Amino acid sequence: MIWNEEFESMPREQLEILQLRRLKDLVERVYYRVKPYREKMDEIGMKPEHIKSLADLQKLPFTTKDFLRDNYPFGLFTLPLDQVVRVHASSGTTGKPTVVGYTRRDIETWAEVMARALACGGVHRGDVVHNAYGYGLFTGGLGAHYGAEKLGATVIPISGGQTKRQIMIMQDFGSNVLLSTPSYALNIAETMEDMGVDTSKLSLRVGIFGAEPWSENMREEVEKKLGLQAIDIYGLSEIIGPGVSMECIEAQHGMHIFEDHFMPEIIDPDTGQVLPMGEAGELVFTTLTKQAFPLIRYRTKDITRLITEPCVCGRTFVRMEKITGRTDDMLIIRGVNVFPTQVEHVLMGIEGVEPHYQIIVNREGSMDTMEVQVEVSEQLFSDEVKNLEKLSKRIQTEIKDLIGSTCKITLVEPKTIQRSEGKAKRVIDNRKI
Amino acid sequence: MKVDQIAVFLENKSGRLAAITKALSDNNINIRALSVADTADFGILRLIVDDTDKATRVLKEEGFTVGKAVVIAVEVADRPGGLAKVLAVLHEAGLNVEYMYAFVEKSSENAVLIFRFDDPDMAITILQNAGIRILTGEEVRSI
Repeated sequence: MIWNEEFESMPREQLEILQLRRLKDLVERVYYRVKPYREKMDEIGMKPEHIKSLADLQKLPFTTKDFLRDNYPFGLFTLPLDQVVRVHASSGTTGKPTVVGYTRRDIETWAEVMARALACGGVHRGDVVHNAYGYGLFTGGLGAHYGAEKLGATVIPISGGQTKRQIMIMQDFGSNVLLSTPSYALNIAETMEDMGVDTSKLSLRVGIFGAEPWSENMREEVEKKLGLQAIDIYGLSEIIGPGVSMECIEAQHGMHIFEDHFMPEIIDPDTGQVLPMGEAGELVFTTLTKQAFPLIRYRTKDITRLITEPCVCGRTFVRMEKITGRTDDMLIIRGVNVFPTQVEHVLMGIEGVEPHYQIIVNREGSMDTMEVQVEVSEQLFSDEVKNLEKLSKRIQTEIKDLIGSTCKITLVEPKTIQRSEGKAKRVIDNRKI
Repeated sequence: MKVDQIAVFLENKSGRLAAITKALSDNNINIRALSVADTADFGILRLIVDDTDKATRVLKEEGFTVGKAVVIAVEVADRPGGLAKVLAVLHEAGLNVEYMYAFVEKSSENAVLIFRFDDPDMAITILQNAGIRILTGEEVRSI
């Protein structure tokens, strides 16, 4: 079902007229209200009135995560806080999160695109939606929640964790739709196996999975184990949260970007040049309608390509392929963004820790695990076991406090972590995605 | 009254202990006493050798993390109750043992107990007052 036919199936020429009008309005709002943006545009002599066509977007400077960090927490909001009704945050590279704000209308826009996304994935009014995305500062839980309510579904705001209880509720309430990270869905499936739950007796029909990279193999596995159709959703908190793009249940080939709100470009990550349509590169978004925290040409660091061929579902919006990689070293572990620099930050704060470490990511069963190897210097070493255990516990706790995720700490002998001459190889990702 | 012990960090992978003993043997260093503390993730090898400084240097050159600690060696009769008597004294004095290990002297009727205490000076006083014989570093090295 198409939730908002007027926009989602709008003829391309008409859509481009709408996008241009919104783009002009966006650039004007940002230029006159946000000093850091104005300074960036003045540096290259750009004025809002220079935007005359959609192609002129390419003349505007990019926005990066560093720029967001430099203006932490509210420096890029276009409106005073008395018009901002909500903030969310995602983890940043140095411990400071990236903060995003929403006006009342932004919350409505978000619910709108999320309702479209759910409808696009085959969810409808009357469905019992089991929302296992985390509720809180993370955009996943509340974003999906508002969209599902707008759609008219019955939402179970279960959030993450307490898997056995989740399964009981899923059985008793007759959940039709599961919203979660793909790895958590597999965890649920495995817990069901352990509990001896007959999955064919569940009412699950559709799973809407996102917030971390996953493969086609994983799709098959989770579909088989939970007896549902697994659909891919994409979003990031900087742009709005979940609901930036969504796979349609009809084609299941690429995710439709809700282009009347989010305008995509694909660039060469090294040169910044816009690439010809269909080529793979870094995904860049401009938020056309967001009020409190709009972004112009935000570099997502996700690698994908766009598909312009018309889709069988009737939507005219372009599609983006599954994310195939990142331009930076950010890791997504159990839905949480982790930067190696965060781990480094913790280690360097502990006296005696050498600046040599390695992060090893594995997928054990369905769960991603992170191991941090730390070299034991003479200064850290003790002939007593309890002191070394205290040390590894301390590192573990400090990492958990910073990134919110538990990792295993392994103490290794000095000089055993491979030294590199250029960029250190900090991460070994053994997950097969 | 104090004995120097060296401790070496052992990563939990095969061949590490062999590498240490080979380095010592290649340099003609004799091990007098040894114990390994192991956890699920790593181990700590504790050694008393005939030449502590040389062993430390050799192992560091091989890339190992080496630490030094002071332990106390106690001699008891090699018969039932020998260890129990010493531990009773320590317990009564409220002295906490961090760890200990033992070996039997080859040319006598005695056993040697190696103790690691938080406060070795206090331990020496208590043990001596109880009439327990404490070995010097020289005595242990020449066993």
